[in-house]
Amino acid sequence: MIDRLWNMASCASALLLASTLMMAPSFAQETPSKGGTLVVANDTEPRNLNPAIVASNGVFFIASKIVEPLAEMDYEDGLRPLLAESWKAADDGLSFTLNLRDGVSWSDGNPFTSADVAFSAMNVWKEKQNIGRQIFRNLVAVDTPDDKTAILRFSEPTPGQLIENAMPAVTAVLPAHLLKDENLDEAAYNAAPVGTGPFVFTEHKPGELYRLSRNENYWRDGQPYLDQIVYRVLPDPGAKAAALETGDIHVTAFSAVPLTDMARLDAIDGISVISEGYEGITYNITLDMNHRRKELANPLVRKAIAHAINQEFLVDVVFLGYATAATGPVPPTAKEFYAEDTVRYDFDTAKANELLDEAGYPRDADGKRFSLRLRPAPWFQQTRDTGDYVRQALAEVGIDVEIVTADPGGHIKAVYTDHDYDLAIGSPVWRNDPAISTTILYQGGLDAGIPFANQWGYDSEEMNGIIARGISTLDTAERTEVYKDFQRLAQDDLPIIFLTHFTFITVARDEVKNVSNNPRWATSGWADTWIAK
Amino acid sequence: MTSHSDSMPNAPPSGAARFVRFVFWRIAQAIPVLALVAVGVFFLLELAEGDAVDAYLAGIGSGDAGFAADLRERYGLGDGVGSRFATYIMRLLVLDFGQSVAFSRDVGSVIMERLPNTLLMMVSAIALSASFGVVLGGLAALRRGGPLDAGITFGALVLNAMPGFWLGLLGIILFAVKLRWLPIGGLSTLDADYGPLGSVLDVARHLILPVTTLALTYLALYMRLMRGAMIDVDNSGWVLAARARGLPARNVVLRHIGRPALLPVVTMIGLQSGTLLGGSIVIETVFSIPGLGALAYEAVNQRDLQLLAGILLAGTLLVVIVNIVVDLAYGLLDPRVRLGAGDAQ
Repeated sequence: MIDRLWNMASCASALLLASTLMMAPSFAQETPSKGGTLVVANDTEPRNLNPAIVASNGVFFIASKIVEPLAEMDYEDGLRPLLAESWKAADDGLSFTLNLRDGVSWSDGNPFTSADVAFSAMNVWKEKQNIGRQIFRNLVAVDTPDDKTAILRFSEPTPGQLIENAMPAVTAVLPAHLLKDENLDEAAYNAAPVGTGPFVFTEHKPGELYRLSRNENYWRDGQPYLDQIVYRVLPDPGAKAAALETGDIHVTAFSAVPLTDMARLDAIDGISVISEGYEGITYNITLDMNHRRKELANPLVRKAIAHAINQEFLVDVVFLGYATAATGPVPPTAKEFYAEDTVRYDFDTAKANELLDEAGYPRDADGKRFSLRLRPAPWFQQTRDTGDYVRQALAEVGIDVEIVTADPGGHIKAVYTDHDYDLAIGSPVWRNDPAISTTILYQGGLDAGIPFANQWGYDSEEMNGIIARGISTLDTAERTEVYKDFQRLAQDDLPIIFLTHFTFITVARDEVKNVSNNPRWATSGWADTWIAK
Repeated sequence: MTSHSDSMPNAPPSGAARFVRFVFWRIAQAIPVLALVAVGVFFLLELAEGDAVDAYLAGIGSGDAGFAADLRERYGLGDGVGSRFATYIMRLLVLDFGQSVAFSRDVGSVIMERLPNTLLMMVSAIALSASFGVVLGGLAALRRGGPLDAGITFGALVLNAMPGFWLGLLGIILFAVKLRWLPIGGLSTLDADYGPLGSVLDVARHLILPVTTLALTYLALYMRLMRGAMIDVDNSGWVLAARARGLPARNVVLRHIGRPALLPVVTMIGLQSGTLLGGSIVIETVFSIPGLGALAYEAVNQRDLQLLAGILLAGTLLVVIVNIVVDLAYGLLDPRVRLGAGDAQ
């Protein structure tokens, strides 16, 4: 049963700054018109387009229209059934029963059955998937008493809340009849997936476009409305903005247009800047600290650093208002889990100086206390800019920061495998449940080489205990409380500093309807998207 | 690579045989260069921090230790440097470029689908800038010191000083967004069916902005070269002699000054052929043209050894070929450097 109800839309709007034009997404009051080609700007061509193996937003942006998960996020109901019509976790947490939708077929005409779910869960999510390997590690079997029932069986009690929250991102169902005899790593399927979704993969012209066309057999009557979706590869942000203006493309997502262009685009008739639709995939900016440096192993120093940084400045100058200051590892848009009563580290340079003196690092003759090397993640303009700001802010309190840059591959190796950094600017993703990709930033005892995880050298027994309770507490209310404790401890210990939560921006032409109408809109199926004639 | 006389074999008997020997000799000279490039690519990528799996994990944003280990095994990254180098070299020796990890496809096919776009764009741009550069440089030389010379020189330098991406974006804003005369990018109109001739015109229309942008940034180079060479040649004895013989001024300018002055221009075209395959990352990016420049950048970013080696080796080959052509063109322009010129004089 879906027992989580929250009104994310109202929460999101409360958080938005006055400078952001609020475009209440127009929920189909008008009658949708059918047909048309939606042209979307795209800048990455994933080397593996199989969303059941690679659960990442770059893959979902395209593949979620072809291959569907069991359920999708929803502003009103929390979760909206897709391939599963209903689900229930057993009281002992050892099984999770899925009642699958009737009358669904693969786009090649074969019926969708529980065998597909069993195959996907056991052979793909648990075995191959970057996120699923953790969440489903205790999955031991999937029973299929009939074609429309699949029962996931776990060796350890597994919270139903976790499975529910994970469904949108990690449960893309693959066609067993096409893949069960294939080598999944090398399958041609990974470049041209087949699914139950509203659209069918049609063509990929490398460097130019992906084309998806309407799935005539889609299970939801009358949908999808669009005939085609074309993803045009437009690598240059300025060119994307120009293409929106000329109408060559209808939609850009994930803040693909530079933030500095937003105000100009918003002023143009027929183009809207929309800051909703990302609540389930919020990116965060963190200041990661290597506790192997003796200065950073000292909590006083870490707290001093937190006091030295003005989060509001980051929000206003680096993000031009399209972000919120973080109070902990969970974004406030995740209303279910968000703990308001965490320790705050207000911007207070005097306090920071005091703490650093207390920690035993007085200023030398030049006014410097010690030097640190900072590696900003190179993939967002905002991670690089945040690095520059942190350097300035820490200079104010006598910490000399040297910026070290590398390209993405080099950055990952240096920070997460070699631990060759003192400070790093990271951009971890919130994925709808703290256990999916947030607690791993605090969990001790991980091997070197696991990316986007605790490679800081922080290992707290109390924290590890809370994280373990989070993945074994079955009662939803109780489990939610565990994660509030998690946030409080995260801010007390402050192994890393969550600085801001990104608000990604969609820019869309007004003739496109039903834009940003769910918390993972850019990575959802778009069956109800339509273009007004 | 671009000098000519050092590679010349001693005067062989017949013209055709001489030509074959010359080409063969030049290609043989390229082999050590190719070997150096192949080894260099491997060790440069080896020196860079992080491998293809690290680069991939950066892109997808998560993954546990087992996920990364599986990928390393599939990409053959688990072995030591020595054995990976051996595999890599053995493959190249049999001309097997292998699979691109970033594109999960055969390296040859990835390069071949981008090669025509890059060639089309770069050849047009170099041809355009060289021909305009020659004409403008010639005019400036003939009117040197005058207002026309000053105007041309100043204009070309201003264009040369402007960054290509900025010029390109200005072009997009003016001609594609404000005036709507030209498309904003790509190589063809989406889903348009213009028929065979229409399609060619459509591609040409898409090339106008990127090719003009590139040509404008190269223009100053050719203009200055031509101007300098014309002024140089103007001072030679044969020009004086031609004038003394009373030849018409037009004739003197075109045959006695213009033709020899083209030599440095042709040399520069040969040198620029190195950028042919590299394309222009910036222009390809701004105009969304799937070309080799952006591909090479992607290959480095993704630590895609096979793909990068493929692109660089193809580029090296092309430079060798263009320079052979340039050497032959010298002979056409200047009888003194013709193959086996000794016989002719």
